[in-house]
Amino acid sequence: MVHFDHVTKRYGSLTVLDGLDLRIAPNEKVAIIGPSGSGKTTVLRALMTLDRIDDGVIWVDGEPLTHMRRGDGLVRADGKHLRRMRSKIGMVFQHFNLFPHMTALKNCMEALVRVLGLPVEEARQRAGELLAMVGLADKQDEYPARLSGGQQQRVAIARALALRPKIMLFDEVTSALDPELCAEVLGVIRELGRAHQLTMLMVTHQMGFAREFADRVCFFDSGRIAEQGPAREFFDAPRGERTQRFLRAVMDAG
Amino acid sequence: MNALSHPHWRLLVAALACFAAAFALASATGLARSVPELLRGIGVTATVMFGGSAVAIVVAPVAALCKLYGGSAIRWLAIGYIETFRGTSALVQLFWLFFVLPHFGITLEPLTVAIAALGLNIGAYGAEVVRGAVLAVPRGQWEAASALNMTQSQTLRRVVLPQAWVLMIPAWGNLLIELLKATSLVSLITLADLTFKAQQINQNTLQTVEVFSIVLLVYLGLSLLITLGMRQLERRASFGLARGPGT
Repeated sequence: MVHFDHVTKRYGSLTVLDGLDLRIAPNEKVAIIGPSGSGKTTVLRALMTLDRIDDGVIWVDGEPLTHMRRGDGLVRADGKHLRRMRSKIGMVFQHFNLFPHMTALKNCMEALVRVLGLPVEEARQRAGELLAMVGLADKQDEYPARLSGGQQQRVAIARALALRPKIMLFDEVTSALDPELCAEVLGVIRELGRAHQLTMLMVTHQMGFAREFADRVCFFDSGRIAEQGPAREFFDAPRGERTQRFLRAVMDAG
Repeated sequence: MNALSHPHWRLLVAALACFAAAFALASATGLARSVPELLRGIGVTATVMFGGSAVAIVVAPVAALCKLYGGSAIRWLAIGYIETFRGTSALVQLFWLFFVLPHFGITLEPLTVAIAALGLNIGAYGAEVVRGAVLAVPRGQWEAASALNMTQSQTLRRVVLPQAWVLMIPAWGNLLIELLKATSLVSLITLADLTFKAQQINQNTLQTVEVFSIVLLVYLGLSLLITLGMRQLERRASFGLARGPGT
């Protein structure tokens, strides 16, 4: 479904992704963990085309994400190609990034009307169903400022799902939340994984959730995957010394 | 809430009190005969004010967006406009459009010149206000819109500008009051505005204290009305947002 083929991303002299190779199967749930600055968020941002990659190719659904085929080679994709590829992917952010001047319902309708061109009534209905799915049917007319962090993040999930992506990206979606609110958001993600055919990538510090929910865990260090494996195996018997040290530090902290 | 305790009502009351005091002063000091003249002056001042505001409010966002997102030629054009009109005096701009343009075969009505020059002058400051407000909208808003596959212009129109608008209203209040005060310059290109009328009446009656006190009160009343209007806008625009008054 997704294939990072030798992908490199630099910020100035800093290399955040260093020839990354990563393959993700359809419907697979992958948790990405690692110390800060290890490039894990960049993986999601590159896949959402928010960050440009410097080298390598990202393949999505058998097509290059930010390139187009021309003759035998690949050239940088134009806007039309990018928009088509982007429509397969949805993203949820650490700080929600809801549109503060729109109600929960309008947040979820916006792209349906503006991007997909759905009639307003149909958009309203689809947005309402999604808000109901994340347990916020009664909050659809509230503005984000009047919702708790957990509620805002659930609206953000509904908003991303509205466009029916095949791949969902979760970027530290519970890091800005109290533990209590965390649980309600993780509950929604768990439900999503169960009820829908979605490929999911999540950057997370919630080791417990990663262990229980993910099919596979990738441990990032210095822009590469230092170790990966099936979730339970990974947490129960980490092989690398760096991995063990990281997991010990995380367990001590939380 | 008691209507009169609302701060916006207090502004309206203060503005009306200014006008009433100006009228009472005129009546009490034998200047009642001059009131129609003053009203005509106020009419000219208000016309330049509204016309100039309209020009500024249209020009400022266009110049700001050209400077932010235009190609290099368009960007430099916008920067040229902004720097020229911010960096030279409004009076010289008025003179230039009124006295210099005819040398190039372009003769404009004084009222047109007044509205264009003052509108473009305030618009240049306004462009920087708009630019600052657009940049103050968090990057996360752009990223969220991009993740929803919205185009750049959709993001600007639907997501960024509505939020920037709230941020820039207080600064626009300042600019429009600046514009009101700058309208007193138009008497120098033959327009009979409030200040011009005051000078005329002063010369005829020699009641300097009274005449300029009346004019002072009228300008203050007008600027309070502008403040009132901006507060109303701010209140409406910030509805639902977690900043400023409202909700």
